[in-house]
Amino acid sequence: MLLGTIFAVLAYFATAVFVVGLLYRIVVYARTPAPLKIPTTPAPVKPSGVVIRMAKEVVFFESLFKANKWTWLFGWVFHAALLLVVMRHLRYFTEPVWSWVKWVQPFGLYASFAMLAGLVALWLRRFVVERIRYISGPSDHLMLLLLIGIAATGLLMKYVVRTDIVALKAFVLGLIYFDWQPIPNDAVLLIHLGLVLALMIVFPFSKLLHAPGVFFSPGRNQADNPREKRHLAPWAAALDAGRQKAGGK
Amino acid sequence: MADYDIPSITAPIDIPALKKGAMEHLSPFAAAPAHQEALGFPGELVDDWQSKAIDKFAELLRRSRALKVYMDSCVKCGACTDKCHYFLGSGDPKNMPVARQDLMRKVYRRNFTWAGKLVPWLVDAEDLTEELLDDWYTYFHQCSQCRRCSVFCPYGIDTAEVSMAAREIMDHIGKGQKYCNEIIGKVHKIGNNLGLPEAALRDTLDGLEEDIEEDTGVQVKLPVNVKGAEILLVTPSADFFAEPHVDGLIGYAKVFHQAGVSWTLSSYASEAANFALFIGSYEQMKLIAERIRKAAEDLGVKRIVFGECGHAWRVAYSFLNTLAGPFDFLDPAYPIPQHICEFTYDLIERGELTLDKSANDHMTLTYHDSCNVARGSRMGSSPGGQFEIPRAIIRACCNNFVDMAADTIREKTFCCGGGGGLLTDDLLEIRTKGAAPRMRALQEVVKDHGVTHMAAICAICKSQFAKVMPAYGFDMDCVVSLHQLVSNAIVLDGQTTSHSEEMSTE
Repeated sequence: MLLGTIFAVLAYFATAVFVVGLLYRIVVYARTPAPLKIPTTPAPVKPSGVVIRMAKEVVFFESLFKANKWTWLFGWVFHAALLLVVMRHLRYFTEPVWSWVKWVQPFGLYASFAMLAGLVALWLRRFVVERIRYISGPSDHLMLLLLIGIAATGLLMKYVVRTDIVALKAFVLGLIYFDWQPIPNDAVLLIHLGLVLALMIVFPFSKLLHAPGVFFSPGRNQADNPREKRHLAPWAAALDAGRQKAGGK
Repeated sequence: MADYDIPSITAPIDIPALKKGAMEHLSPFAAAPAHQEALGFPGELVDDWQSKAIDKFAELLRRSRALKVYMDSCVKCGACTDKCHYFLGSGDPKNMPVARQDLMRKVYRRNFTWAGKLVPWLVDAEDLTEELLDDWYTYFHQCSQCRRCSVFCPYGIDTAEVSMAAREIMDHIGKGQKYCNEIIGKVHKIGNNLGLPEAALRDTLDGLEEDIEEDTGVQVKLPVNVKGAEILLVTPSADFFAEPHVDGLIGYAKVFHQAGVSWTLSSYASEAANFALFIGSYEQMKLIAERIRKAAEDLGVKRIVFGECGHAWRVAYSFLNTLAGPFDFLDPAYPIPQHICEFTYDLIERGELTLDKSANDHMTLTYHDSCNVARGSRMGSSPGGQFEIPRAIIRACCNNFVDMAADTIREKTFCCGGGGGLLTDDLLEIRTKGAAPRMRALQEVVKDHGVTHMAAICAICKSQFAKVMPAYGFDMDCVVSLHQLVSNAIVLDGQTTSHSEEMSTE
């Protein structure tokens, strides 16, 4: 039970850091003014168009597709697979399991292989392509290793050293309903969970902030209408005050 | 000849192998104390420059969402690494957009993130040392703020914003660039980048009026400071004397004349280009923009039209309303401000211009999309008008037009190599190398389609190409103003000289 307690505390801690850290970042981004209209043009002229532009960016990685087809392929496969894998994992958090989660289960299983393949390909690029090697720092490698570790231990549990999934689910549900249960004492499972918690903790302090960041990028989320509508940041509006008083019209 | 290698343009521009430090020797001349102080910046590097720089950095992070998001969001995917013309031309890895940004991001991480404070070695965090500051000065002045990298970034990270912020920080600790800051001072004092006073301006314009009358037999006016005129034309001061810019100015004058509208230049706001954009200073940019507002108010005009100038049009289109608006004293029936291409295109659409395309038959043209027009502005009412309208004008004026390769035009256009405050002789080496991708694309259409001339709508592009094209074996007069083509083709009412005669006498 000691092990279960340690992981329970870690899980609450990681969740708190992840949620609070991310919310804090989002609030900072939202509150920081964008003083000028700087959409990368051609850009949509209406907010509804911006929604479509952002959707293409977030769902299909449109700009990355323009940039480099291999990077796009590996990156998109990894992200799409990660989404399916996360959805599949909801079966451990819900009782009874939601029907759409059951439906997604087989896709989630295939996706875990795709996720690992995408990650390994992305990592190889950091060694093979000279330009990417030059810009890769220790944290860039470690981040990929962390994700590869999560994917690899997950696959290992599913296909090689199976864990007591019923006990695990009891542990997870126990966390949700504050009715703590023991955690199966399986090395691979504990490594898998430990890495996931580590990922949640580093998320708000690392380049993983690209996830909320993309939604706040003025180059992508601004409508192209500066002639029609005057755009003015609060601190910039203060600079206008002088002119009005000085006898402008 | 130059004592550096000129990239070959006979073969496709490959992504170069990295040449570390290839461009580290090239920094622009430093601003003199007088240039700095005229803009309210410290004259020379202040004693506690490091902490001052971090303070300014913190202020910019609070002022600009773009900077804050860009500092956090880069994942080093490498999408931008082969997109910068300066990298393609020089091979210096610090000219890869992500590496250029990282010069600043290192300092951000060290001072503003937990990871950078706790484990700097893990996340490439660094203090702003003297060595790093030198790198800032060198490499943030090898970025023309053309935004090409931002097109390809999955998060839209715009290196232009980063280099503007870096330059603003450097200005505030007394490490400014001579070229930009001296010019901005001239605008504040005299009204244009060249320091051309009203008398000289009038002289030049009188001379142009005579030239036009000699050529066409028609009295076309180029008025200055005419109160009550309908249109204020704001154009880059290079249009008043540089080649081929001045031929464009003649074109605007002929179009206004033929349209029958009254118009005027202003000696007080005799500059369209707003170089404060390059140094990232909102306050300086606003001061220059306010001159245009004041000129429009004082002259009592109803409309503002901008001449051919790339960065000027970005500031005019995207920022003028913000910086110096609201322009509620102008006629809301017309775009505020309007681009000369929009003005001319509108007349062509309505069939109000007689254009003799054969007047341009001695040329086969291609068109260089100017970076800041392409990726930082628009023309007309729908997205991409900035690509279609200039091409439509060229097609209306010329029989022979061919576009360059698709990945070098429109939103993917290459910078001419001289934008963003780099159009100075002390940076000629990087300007020349940075022009290589455009020169390569041009070479291709020259070979395959017999292109003889390249039209542009930016004063910087025109000056830059006229200067660096000879290094690539092209004539310097290969680059032409778009309105030069209009000027050639337009048939003025009462015109006595026909174009064919004019051509044969040349």
